[in-house]
Amino acid sequence: MKRVITRGAAPMPIGEAVPRRDGVDKVTGAGRFTVDLGMPGLAHAKVLRSPYPHAEIRSIDTAAARRHPGVIAVVTADDLPDVHLEYGHALADHPLIAKGKVRFAGEPVVGVVAEDSVTAEEALRLITVDYAPLPFSTTPEASLAEGAPIIHETPGEQRAHRGFVEDIQRDHPNVCSTARQAWGDIDDAFARADLVLDGEYRYPRSYAFAMEPYNAIARWAEGELTVWTSGQHPYMVREDLAHCFGLPLSAVRVIVPYVGGGYGSKSYTKVEPLTAALALRAGRPVKLVLTIDESILTTRGDAATVRLRSAFDREGHLLGRQATIVLDTGAYAENSPLVGRKAANRLGGPYRIPALEVTCTSVYTNTNPASSFRGFGAPQVTLAGESQMDEAAERLGIDPVELRRRNVLRPGERPWKTARGIDADLLADLDLASEALDWGSPLAPGRGRAICLSASDAGSEPMTSSILRVHHDGSVTVTCGSTEMGQGSSTVLAQMAAGEMGVALERVHLLQSDTAAVSYDRSTGASRTTTLMGLAIQAAAKDARAQLVQWAQENLAPDGPTVIEERDGVHIGDAHHDWGAVVRSFFGGSAGEVVGRGYIRRHGATAEMPPFWEIGCVGVEVSVDESTGVIRVEKLVTVGDVGCA
Amino acid sequence: MHETVDLTFDVNGTERTVQVEPRETLADVLRERLALTGTKVSCDAQVCGACTVLVDDLAVSACTYLAVDADGRRVRTVEGLATDGRLDRLQQAFIDHAGFQCGFCTPGMLMAATALLEDDPQPGRDAVIHGLEGNLCRCTGYAHIVDAVLAAADRPATTDRPGAMDRSASADDAGPAA
Repeated sequence: MKRVITRGAAPMPIGEAVPRRDGVDKVTGAGRFTVDLGMPGLAHAKVLRSPYPHAEIRSIDTAAARRHPGVIAVVTADDLPDVHLEYGHALADHPLIAKGKVRFAGEPVVGVVAEDSVTAEEALRLITVDYAPLPFSTTPEASLAEGAPIIHETPGEQRAHRGFVEDIQRDHPNVCSTARQAWGDIDDAFARADLVLDGEYRYPRSYAFAMEPYNAIARWAEGELTVWTSGQHPYMVREDLAHCFGLPLSAVRVIVPYVGGGYGSKSYTKVEPLTAALALRAGRPVKLVLTIDESILTTRGDAATVRLRSAFDREGHLLGRQATIVLDTGAYAENSPLVGRKAANRLGGPYRIPALEVTCTSVYTNTNPASSFRGFGAPQVTLAGESQMDEAAERLGIDPVELRRRNVLRPGERPWKTARGIDADLLADLDLASEALDWGSPLAPGRGRAICLSASDAGSEPMTSSILRVHHDGSVTVTCGSTEMGQGSSTVLAQMAAGEMGVALERVHLLQSDTAAVSYDRSTGASRTTTLMGLAIQAAAKDARAQLVQWAQENLAPDGPTVIEERDGVHIGDAHHDWGAVVRSFFGGSAGEVVGRGYIRRHGATAEMPPFWEIGCVGVEVSVDESTGVIRVEKLVTVGDVGCA
Repeated sequence: MHETVDLTFDVNGTERTVQVEPRETLADVLRERLALTGTKVSCDAQVCGACTVLVDDLAVSACTYLAVDADGRRVRTVEGLATDGRLDRLQQAFIDHAGFQCGFCTPGMLMAATALLEDDPQPGRDAVIHGLEGNLCRCTGYAHIVDAVLAAADRPATTDRPGAMDRSASADDAGPAA
């Protein structure tokens, strides 16, 4: 007999603007970033970097540095025979410290650990490295030319489980990966076209400039490793550290405090393996803080050359797009195989395109490694695609917004056969942007307007979990592997937990990004946290509530009256019992807690890929000074098609 | 290992004497010797403004200001803005107007804004933009920061929100002690 009634299903407390939970921390200077942390016995590291873009390392003389007062350890690759030096996201091609040769100017060659960072820096100057410079390539064109220097003599070990097996191909030794996307009959599309546009678009190398530079602290104890880091993906970093040091995942703890900006640049693993290796040899906890100059050398955005052909009919309908994209990956793969995969997926934009053919090749060069930065893959290809939309509008005599209206995907329509349908209203987005920009009104001389769109397969992968604990006073601790890096996750996730459990926000504590204390989350990026971690917290709360209702039935209403589930507890007869009372009744004492579990995977609402689409809709009015060429953005309009908020 | 000298200065209203190396910057001394890690270092080259503190009421970049030059002077940092557990008007305005995201530039931004309002209590929008030109923010796009400073200029100099500091966020609870 069902004796549980649910009434007043818990509403999500969304739509309410509450003060940010990291606000006081951040305006008082009390909030701690990794760079602010210290601990007893902490030693400090500095890194000697290669001045050559490509060179053989003949020998390294560290004797004088080792003798320098205050130096604790001087570490080269030869000092780390017990460490698996190569790590990486898509493939393990990136040594944590150069072994045998250097592949870009700025690559770490020697690490010095000393009592303070000035002493470590002094010791760097006492090190002599004998390099034999090699021919080098700093552009993809040079890397693919006849007789080009080979940057990786042997391919890096594939990290098959990270999902790049199809894209990692070694057709040419300097090719890192090749991503393809294709559908429809591309030859037919161009044969039927009334207008064919053909252009080459170059997107430069870029640097994210997160204001907190890359830094980490590593501490070994009892054979286990703890790392505090400015990186935004604690679980990815944990896996790379376990790989480098031959440890079970459970022996590596990665903790991420507040992160001082990332914008993608703090995705995946950066300084953590080197810091941990230095701590291992030093026998002391070690802190490595890069300068901004060193951070620039550590990761940048991928430069791209996009050759794009677009086919239109005379009414402005896109018939096909064909593209060849070449990415400048730099010396190591980092996340460029995924940048390439996303560039291929995102080239079509939010448009209905009957036929498409894209090949995106990531090419090794002797430059600093490229990786994620701001919607990676999308800016590179959107520049090309949207330029041709405007050019087509002009050539066909159609208003540029109207041309886009004729091509945008409608809600639920799939960009390609196996993709999730578009979960956005692009016509409404265009209306909002047009209205805000006063589209169609007369323009002053020297002024111009444009509205551009993009569509990104966002959310990464649905591999997320959360544990939500309701304590015996009814307060809630919710744990998650998502990092607070300014986006406000510490507030919105706590709001969700409060709403799901029907408790005041002040009674919810959110614990983030400590792999020993929170359960698995793939990453913080691709705009995934609110959606995927939000779903995990919702599921964990549902699991906790189900247990609590069952406990109430068994312990507070045995053979008795109906249990009515309410927003913040249960109602039995004339009595209301909050969640704390239910917890206490289960344990038969004065304490205890319930543990709710939430798992999000490729199942149910998150079965289809991508987990969601992310729409870019931006309008600008610019002025151009015709005598100097200076362009000024006079008005900027952005539309966020965010769904329920 | 390295020669040190005595430095005596006023830090947020308290006289402090510390032994410092002549090469040490004010940012080093505040962060490492006095554990005032609210002052951030980013570019380390007097470009980004993250390390802005006030020395005798003048906004300076602590990353390139030699600590010994602060001898006998009055230094104010972000830790000195709140009094008796109450946020000052700029701090409260930054919260109310979403004047930060990651928060790394925020201490420097608050100190530059403090100097600005002390110099010009009722600045216009252009004056605020000009006054904060030396401070980079990579998250917000600046508009909310300017809004916050303008809002603070319209408020009395002390906020009347007791308990505003009661809630502390939790992201670093598991971290080591500084």
